[in-house]
Amino acid sequence: MKEVKTPLIRLAKRADIDKRKAWAIRIGSILVALILGMIPILMAGENPFVSYMIIIQGSLGKAGYIRQTVKRAIPLLGVALAIAPCFKMRFWNIGAEGQITMGAIFASFIAIKLGPSGLPLVVMAILMCIAGALGGAFWGFVPGFFKARYNTNETLFTLMMNYIAIGIVRYLQGGPWEGRPGTQIIPMFTSNARLPNVLGVYCGWIIVLVMVVIVHIYMNYTKQGFEVAVIGDSENTARYAGMNVGWIMMRTMLFSGAICGVVGWMLVSGANGTLNSDVAGGVGFTAITVAWLSQLNSFAMIAIAMLLAIIGKGSATLQTRLNIPASVADIISGTLLFCMLACEFFINYKLIFRHKKEAEV
Amino acid sequence: MHNAIELKNIVKRFGKVVANDGINLEINYGEILCLLGENGSGKTTLMNMLSGIYQPDEGEILKKGEQISIRSPRDAYSYGIGMIHQHYHLVDVFTAAQNIILGLEKEKMDIAAVNDKVLEICNKYGFDIDPKKKVYDMSVSQKQTIEIVKQLYRGAEILILDEPTAVLTPQETDKLFKVLRNMKKDGKAIILITHKLAEVMDVSDKVAILRKGKYVGTVNTNETNPQGLTDMMVGHAVSLNIDRPVYENPTDKLVVKDLTVIDSDGIARLDHVTFTAKTGEILGVAGIAGSGQKELLESITGLQHVSEGTIQFINPDGKGIELVGKTPIQISKIGVGMGFVPEDRLGMGLVGSMGMTYNMMLRSWKNGKGIFFKKKEPEEQANKVWKNLEVVTPSIDFPVRKMSGGNIQKVLVGREIASRPPVLLTAYAVRGLDINTSYAIYNLLTREKMNGSAVMYVGEELDVLLELCDRILVLCGGKVSGIVDARNTTKEEIGFMMTTVGGLKGGNS
Repeated sequence: MKEVKTPLIRLAKRADIDKRKAWAIRIGSILVALILGMIPILMAGENPFVSYMIIIQGSLGKAGYIRQTVKRAIPLLGVALAIAPCFKMRFWNIGAEGQITMGAIFASFIAIKLGPSGLPLVVMAILMCIAGALGGAFWGFVPGFFKARYNTNETLFTLMMNYIAIGIVRYLQGGPWEGRPGTQIIPMFTSNARLPNVLGVYCGWIIVLVMVVIVHIYMNYTKQGFEVAVIGDSENTARYAGMNVGWIMMRTMLFSGAICGVVGWMLVSGANGTLNSDVAGGVGFTAITVAWLSQLNSFAMIAIAMLLAIIGKGSATLQTRLNIPASVADIISGTLLFCMLACEFFINYKLIFRHKKEAEV
Repeated sequence: MHNAIELKNIVKRFGKVVANDGINLEINYGEILCLLGENGSGKTTLMNMLSGIYQPDEGEILKKGEQISIRSPRDAYSYGIGMIHQHYHLVDVFTAAQNIILGLEKEKMDIAAVNDKVLEICNKYGFDIDPKKKVYDMSVSQKQTIEIVKQLYRGAEILILDEPTAVLTPQETDKLFKVLRNMKKDGKAIILITHKLAEVMDVSDKVAILRKGKYVGTVNTNETNPQGLTDMMVGHAVSLNIDRPVYENPTDKLVVKDLTVIDSDGIARLDHVTFTAKTGEILGVAGIAGSGQKELLESITGLQHVSEGTIQFINPDGKGIELVGKTPIQISKIGVGMGFVPEDRLGMGLVGSMGMTYNMMLRSWKNGKGIFFKKKEPEEQANKVWKNLEVVTPSIDFPVRKMSGGNIQKVLVGREIASRPPVLLTAYAVRGLDINTSYAIYNLLTREKMNGSAVMYVGEELDVLLELCDRILVLCGGKVSGIVDARNTTKEEIGFMMTTVGGLKGGNS
């Protein structure tokens, strides 16, 4: 008999891990990410500790900075909430970008057509919110429908829908909704189409906090949330339990798209005051990081969205103070995602190194 | 002269399970050997060791009298051993010829030359494929042909075919056997895994029989008969002492007529199946794996598209309700109570990431008005199952995936019998369970039967079927081979019916 070779490192599934150990691994992974994040800063020739301090100062140092940071966190949180049910269902909706944009277009339509008529703010807000939700839901429903009916690949489908939505805005910007000819800019909305500020930040932050609670309840206590969770675990089990998998997929995409659309409305009506093709600005993708890092837990999303907003806003400050490009924020959040996903792996598996004795047998 | 391949005393263990326990096998060039055995007897494990997927723990493999060590499928190729698996490994968007040369590093990418060589092989042995045709345009039998040609192209002289006829029509099977005979004439050594005795008698020179991982023996085909082979395959009946009370006055509960299911490849998975299940009775379903058991149970529960036939559920007042064409939800809405323990526990019956409570809720999540689900009832049910069936789990919220197989099964069976369904369908209810848990499940099923349920028990161990069930329906290749009284039949008779349509007496009873 020839010796049977055991590999140097083997993986074994952990039966169970106690919660403290799991959290220790999670916190450890954040530390590793921060240490790895120092590499690009060192390469730029700056002191990483000073840089990290500037990031904190620049995002939380003054009331004004905090407002800026919260403003960044609002859409991240909202979209993370939107895609959570999809991801729970293992429906890879990476089209939040397009659904936000579509919601923004629909909401802007109301603002542009009805704004000048002088309707009161509350009526305008409600109409724009509904329009935004419809736009996003429509954009989410299309890939959901094709997945349910023809089993198309939802990842590619939702991704491509993003570019169509952005293209539509470009067309509107340069055509029917253009302000002064040649500017390629849509004029600012009238004041009755703009969301008011509460505590210095547009009131969208209240809306997303309400949505946190709604999504939490939806996912954990409703029949529909239960259906979504069962499909995510096993479609066959869902069919066995008598669930209509295709319809549930479409319905979940309607729901998810609608929330994205509401975020789109808040962006045009609150954050920007008008529509431009960069309205989503990558939020749809960063929100995937938020949703995944918080393990689809709505409340954890608040913390993660804030964390990413802090890194983002702080890095912008870093760029103005030191000779470090703001894209370092992307590197840090990327490393963070990588480390935290890797840490889930170490929570579920343990490594077994080959013992010398075994190797000799 | 040496044997083409000789296996000496091969042992393979998986943890505590001994899958192969001292197997000996010899095959010569120009010979067809059939490997016969029930499910789980270790045939595929043994062949996987020849094709380099597993390595034996003990024993020797000799080729032409020289000891060899096959450590990977690539090694197997280099020794001229090729295996055609039950599931084909082909790239759909490639042509036949492209698939055939896939993975051959040294091959020049001169596709015209490859096409010619493929055609040459086809003409030599009587295959019928177009090397330029794409795989997605091909029938199952054509795909199988590619797999065989692929092995020949690589110079295989020892071919192993794992249940090649399971997916073929009788005409295609005849064609395959003709090709196999041509290959035999050309001096190839062929090992064929099959359950169908008629085919064994038809095509083989020798038959080697395995039973529960052990080697029973090798016989020359012309010196044996189907009955003799069955006896070697199933062995002597073992007494299990399962309690089997008699229920007074059984009535018809489920009347199935001419049930036919055609799959997407156009193959009849169920072919005019007719039978009646009665109250107070456990109706066993015996058959080689893949004879239509899954399709039968899923048809009754509304999960399977039925091509033809009727399934009548008989109400206590004697009226029949047609179930064909209804979804599971519709069936439960019209008040037909049905419990179903599917074969794939975590993939179909349960949600692995959830605890017992939510798994109980799979049956009742729709109950009640409003958008919120009611958790109280399933929670009580989970506690009941936990206590009554002695499920070992830290809490009713502990993910069922992390439980042991026996406990997972208890959760599933516990849920399905909780509503006291008039019809209870079970597929391989005790697969992978230890003796004690198995008996616990038998007792639960018998209790349901004595409560007046019509229980169907799809099983694989004939000893259990003989002692647990009242009647046994035997399936063979999607057809009913016969229905026998479990108290007055023998293991050999059922074994024979499983491998031969019609059985000894023939016809449906």
